[in-house]
Amino acid sequence: MSTVKTEREPMFSAKTKKLLIGPLSKDNPITVQVLGICSALAVTVKLEPAFVMSISVIAVTAISNLLISLLRNTIPPRIRIIVQLVVIAALVILVDQILKAYVYDVSKQLSVFVGLIITNCIIMGRLEAFAMANKPWPSFVDGIGNGLGYGIILIVVAFFRELLGSGTIWGFHVMPKAFYELGYVNNGLMILPPMALIVVGIIIWVQRSKNPDLQEEN
Amino acid sequence: MYSNGYIFRYASIMVILVAAILSAAAILLQPAQERNVKIEKIQDILRSANIESTTSNAEELYEKYIVKEIVINSAGEEIGVYTNGAFEKGDRRAFLIDLKTELKAKQQIKLGKPAQEPVFPIFVCHIDNEDIFIIPLYGMGLWGPVWGNIALKGDLNTVVGVTFGHKGETPGLGAEISLEVFTNQFPSKKIFDEEGNFTSIKVVKGGVANSNIDPAHGVDGISGGTITSNGVSAMINDCLENYVTYIKNQKAI
Repeated sequence: MSTVKTEREPMFSAKTKKLLIGPLSKDNPITVQVLGICSALAVTVKLEPAFVMSISVIAVTAISNLLISLLRNTIPPRIRIIVQLVVIAALVILVDQILKAYVYDVSKQLSVFVGLIITNCIIMGRLEAFAMANKPWPSFVDGIGNGLGYGIILIVVAFFRELLGSGTIWGFHVMPKAFYELGYVNNGLMILPPMALIVVGIIIWVQRSKNPDLQEEN
Repeated sequence: MYSNGYIFRYASIMVILVAAILSAAAILLQPAQERNVKIEKIQDILRSANIESTTSNAEELYEKYIVKEIVINSAGEEIGVYTNGAFEKGDRRAFLIDLKTELKAKQQIKLGKPAQEPVFPIFVCHIDNEDIFIIPLYGMGLWGPVWGNIALKGDLNTVVGVTFGHKGETPGLGAEISLEVFTNQFPSKKIFDEEGNFTSIKVVKGGVANSNIDPAHGVDGISGGTITSNGVSAMINDCLENYVTYIKNQKAI
């Protein structure tokens, strides 16, 4: 135990702010670190499931980061991955049960992908890289930030896929009837997973051309 | 360094704690989850008879419109009749029958294996002074199970409406079976021909117009969803054939 008392940081110092904002742009888990792609492809056909999935992932990353950070000094290093997995798995099962009880329709659409949050690399990655070495509050913020970074991409992708694939937003028809009369048809390809990959690709392209420091040199 | 004893103690306590939390959550949330499943089933039954319901009024509408639940055996005899919240005959409620188990039992008997005698459910819906008979369906699509309900008019021949659901058919292709584009083809189709032979309703690849199937007994299949379409055809046939004897008996009376 160190006897030197460090000065108390304010709740939202520049450092914690960076933890929250970073993953939204330059540290985005999906577009920059390319993690959690699998679920991003699967649940973005419609906005509503994408939104619920985002909330679920935010909850799981934030709470698991907080718990692991609280436990970090007691966790034996040799079984730390197991401990992390147990915490994540427990939270995901809880989220799944709650969705089944309160938003049954959406939980049916998400089907196995709620369970697959367990294997989402973003969560394990944050636990191992951040929560094991940081205090509870910054870890919690880091979890929220990364969850948000994941969620925002999901919602952007889902917005375009639902608009172009089904002509709806959040289930409401927004494409004007006149368009269909002129011969416009919903793009069936948008509903299939490959288009999610292409939409994510376009987002990555736009982001990198705006942020030159994200471009790899070769 | 942590001792082995510490690691074992740590792991055991953690696992027991987590197990306790999860069991508690499962027990607490179970009633709400079971209610959701029940309401979904009710909504599907009502929708096949063209009654729109919301999650909050589904149970109420079910009690109002579904006047009778009948259970029949494979000989076409009524072995359970449940009406107005009480049993008129037998002790099986159509609503509580798991069609999947019954169809499996039927399959086992066909193969000569021992199984319980299968029973089949019918729901009688009374709306606008007319009786509508709703028969649940269950079968296999391409990737997993498909299911649904088919509602027949009082003549037990003409279709009033259908609903289909699926576990995971391909979006944009097989998954279209649950959309109105597909289900709207069913009303006014017939499951018996003019001589009274059971014909079922076929989902025809390439369209009914281009086939030699009577338009009264066929609907257009889904392009790119042939296996799902065939699955739906087989499901309608396999499920309705269990009721043929019963329906013929009803008509004889």
